[in-house]
Amino acid sequence: MKMACKGLQTGETLSSLKRESESLRKKLEEERRKLADVELNQAAEKVEVVGALSIKTRRLLKGHGNKVLCMDWCKDKRRLVSSSQDGKVIVWDAFTLNKEHGVSLPCTWMMACAYSPSGCAVACGGLDNKCSVIPLSLDRNENLAAKKKSVAMHTNYLSGCTFTGSDMQILTSSGDGSCALWDVESGQLLQSFHGHTADVLSLDLAPSETGNTFVSGGSDRRSNVWDMRSGQNIQSFESHESDINCVKYYPSGDAFASASDDSTCRFYDLRADREVAVYQKDSIIFGASTVDFSLSGRLLFAGYNDYTINVWDVLKGTRVTCLFGHENRVSRVRVSPDGTALCSASWDNTLRIWA
Amino acid sequence: MTIRNTLRDHGQRYRPRMACLKKAEKVVLEMQDPKTGVKSQPQRLVITTIPHAITGEDIIAWLANRFQIDAQEARNFGSMLAALGYIYPIQDHKRLVIKPDASLYRFQTPYFWPTQQWPVEDTDYAIYLAKRNIRKKGLLELHEQEQYNRLHKWMNHKWDFIVMQAKEQYRAAKERRKPDRVVFECQERAYWVVHRPPPGTVSGMDYGLDRRIDPNAEEVKTPDFYEKVMIFTQQSIMRPRVKSSVSLGALVKYCATYNSHDPFLSKCLPSNPWLTDDVTYWTLNMPNVETPTKKRVERWTFSFGELLSDQRGRNDFRLFLKKEFSGENLAFWESCEDLKWGTAGTVREKAEQIYKTFLARGAPRWINIDGKTMEITVKGLKHPHRYVLDAAQTHIYMLMKKDSYGRYLKSPVFKETVKRAICPEEHKFSQAQLEQNARNRRPSVSPIVLRQQELEQKAKMAASVDITQLCRFTTPVPHLAVYSGITDFPSSNASPSLPFVTNTPVCPSPISLALDSTSVSERRAEPGEVGGEGNSGTRAPATGHVSKSRMALSLRRLLRRGCTPSNMFASLSPKCHSAAGTSSRIQPISPDQPSQAPPRRIGNFFQIKVDIPPECRIYPIESEDEDEESRAASRGGGVGAKEIICPWESLTPQNGTG
Repeated sequence: MKMACKGLQTGETLSSLKRESESLRKKLEEERRKLADVELNQAAEKVEVVGALSIKTRRLLKGHGNKVLCMDWCKDKRRLVSSSQDGKVIVWDAFTLNKEHGVSLPCTWMMACAYSPSGCAVACGGLDNKCSVIPLSLDRNENLAAKKKSVAMHTNYLSGCTFTGSDMQILTSSGDGSCALWDVESGQLLQSFHGHTADVLSLDLAPSETGNTFVSGGSDRRSNVWDMRSGQNIQSFESHESDINCVKYYPSGDAFASASDDSTCRFYDLRADREVAVYQKDSIIFGASTVDFSLSGRLLFAGYNDYTINVWDVLKGTRVTCLFGHENRVSRVRVSPDGTALCSASWDNTLRIWA
Repeated sequence: MTIRNTLRDHGQRYRPRMACLKKAEKVVLEMQDPKTGVKSQPQRLVITTIPHAITGEDIIAWLANRFQIDAQEARNFGSMLAALGYIYPIQDHKRLVIKPDASLYRFQTPYFWPTQQWPVEDTDYAIYLAKRNIRKKGLLELHEQEQYNRLHKWMNHKWDFIVMQAKEQYRAAKERRKPDRVVFECQERAYWVVHRPPPGTVSGMDYGLDRRIDPNAEEVKTPDFYEKVMIFTQQSIMRPRVKSSVSLGALVKYCATYNSHDPFLSKCLPSNPWLTDDVTYWTLNMPNVETPTKKRVERWTFSFGELLSDQRGRNDFRLFLKKEFSGENLAFWESCEDLKWGTAGTVREKAEQIYKTFLARGAPRWINIDGKTMEITVKGLKHPHRYVLDAAQTHIYMLMKKDSYGRYLKSPVFKETVKRAICPEEHKFSQAQLEQNARNRRPSVSPIVLRQQELEQKAKMAASVDITQLCRFTTPVPHLAVYSGITDFPSSNASPSLPFVTNTPVCPSPISLALDSTSVSERRAEPGEVGGEGNSGTRAPATGHVSKSRMALSLRRLLRRGCTPSNMFASLSPKCHSAAGTSSRIQPISPDQPSQAPPRRIGNFFQIKVDIPPECRIYPIESEDEDEESRAASRGGGVGAKEIICPWESLTPQNGTG
């Protein structure tokens, strides 16, 4: 008898907690709505429509023998680093198509790679649960893999990495549900960020000069904004219906976009603290795996699992054009630092430069 | 590592695939609607009649109409449905694409749809191959043959079962009517093309790696979980937010402002290198170019952040500040950035250095921050960490943004820059010229080389010290140390200057600038000193040395010595002593080092070797007569420790320590 009562109590507590939590969540939504006096398309009513864009493949980078999973531009606007499923990391001069450096790492599925701000090193990682930094060398015969330095250690796969303000710090996201900030020189963990309840699949550092924040998105369908100083989760959004594959800040740092397996991309305004646009179309049923903004933030490039890249008008919410060419999933799209080109990496073993 | 059988089990159960499959199903059902769906009819093919066959062009037309998309997109969509196995081709059955012609296709039976809940197991495949083997009497395709052999090897223990099943299915099939049998065989074959793709084809079922979390597993919700969520939600409710009209208005405005700078929306002048294979655009916009373009200068007016983040803009601003005698603000801000993003091991040292140069009373480049911020900062410096100067940095940033920035935009410096800015003509290449350009693509200088040059430049700058004058500083060797593997602190000439890690070819480190520029009081005595050099990088560090009256000197000395109580803060760095005569550098505290251990050579990892000119090893001559300003400026923490004391250090080496 007593046992039964106890069971009931716990059950009651849980469900009442659930109800309470739900009502609080509703209250938050209410608060957000109170200040939602206009919608994005209203605010952008007077804005001219984007004219026809003529974007074509200008370069085709062949050289990987397997799915290309990630890429990142160098600050010099023409070099880039790419990593693939077979553990190869290649540094290209995309303009001349020269492969400048190549490293073969023992780990397969290099899901993340990043170019350092100085252009003298690259970071990469994946199924080895680590993020390693590799200094580049002018000596072509040098075995770069030997100089690889393991910096970040996670307990599950590495899904994303980026250097912060210098070559000395990296920020990583992992399948173990956490993000972390590391000191490259010592390998020391400087700060960890906990809050996701599932794999963290992507992260992006805020572009603002004074900000010290970054956003992450994961398999728990949430995108979280973090304060790098305290490790606190300062904002959270949950409106996607499936895993969030990629998050990217709007160039001003006051908003960000996310791409999800639910085949939509969404736009969140950080100051208004809510989702302000959903980029979707009936004919797009495949998951979006990656997004990036053009320099002005007007265009959103999104790569999908149906091998296409859709270009969205951020303000109007309409699809401007669709880029065909890849023969397998598009795993990553990135606009070059000066906005002159878009690079896409794909499971068809190639990278394309579009302009 | 939770890598499951990703090659065999195409995770039917996992959400990453489920989301698109349900949507695909809906479309396929619509397509099969007898009235509004795709036109289907029996088609004759060779000797058989295929029921409910549809043509590629009909599929594409239907999709284009249904979704209001163009033919190319419709074709891609259709091909994806084929790749998933909802539609299969009758001819050319191995290529799962929709051809825009009269090629024939059929809808797959729901039995073979990919959304079914059972995993696609090798056993089933083995049975299928065995069955085909029996039927075709050993004539399997090459890849099927290989698979068959492989499975035979791995499933040897259940091979009898497999063969038995195969025979049974074969026998059962024979009992069907021929047309039905043919259709079923087709469907089954299509199913296996999808789930065991022939080599060289792309599999629509391939979704990559499993994610750690099983999306179909129930998320275990404990009371604790709800508590956390509720606390977070409460905090979120309390957080201030902005009216949408305001924030969205700002986003819209941003797009409008940058529209003419977005290469995808406006023309690049002279031309986009990716389009014309001409790199003039990049050459004109190099980080440290002498004359910027008009567009680039225009961007500096958009926001303070834009100005600072552009190398060239920042230099221009620095020049302006120099003329206004408020260069220390920018130098401080840069030093803070360097602290935040630099190596963890150097945090303590840098923080102390910054304090001595910018914050302490009588500091050579004292910045003006309010009392409260100063208090917080000094308190925080007892236990320095990367963000210890955050409050002060924000204060100074806001000061520059709200005050100096506005004046800069109206200043002669800026006006001059605008006047000289160039506006290149648009390229008008002929087809032949474009082809020529494409053939003449040249590589650019490697960032590694640029970095080396940058460091060499800095070393040279530091080396070009006028030794006839009392040198007031040493070199920025430490930031070379970041890349040259030597970080020998106390005994080397390593001055406390900060490693400068941003990508600036000819921009000296914030501290070296801090060191070389004169302090406020000195500056006031040098009216003619303000030079008109563009990039300060070319300026020789020793910029003239004005001697002050002895009275002023001794007063300053008095103020310094007397102002900071020696025991205000507990001494945290027992090594921090100003031993007479020796370079009393404060050693960085590293966790695994005993406090009095000899300096550690931190062998590092970025191995750019730079020739450090021997002249760099010049110390200022230590004497009481020497201008205190210069010593303080030069060593900051070294010999100057006598003059500028961190509040947490003791006054003399002997007392207060430990």
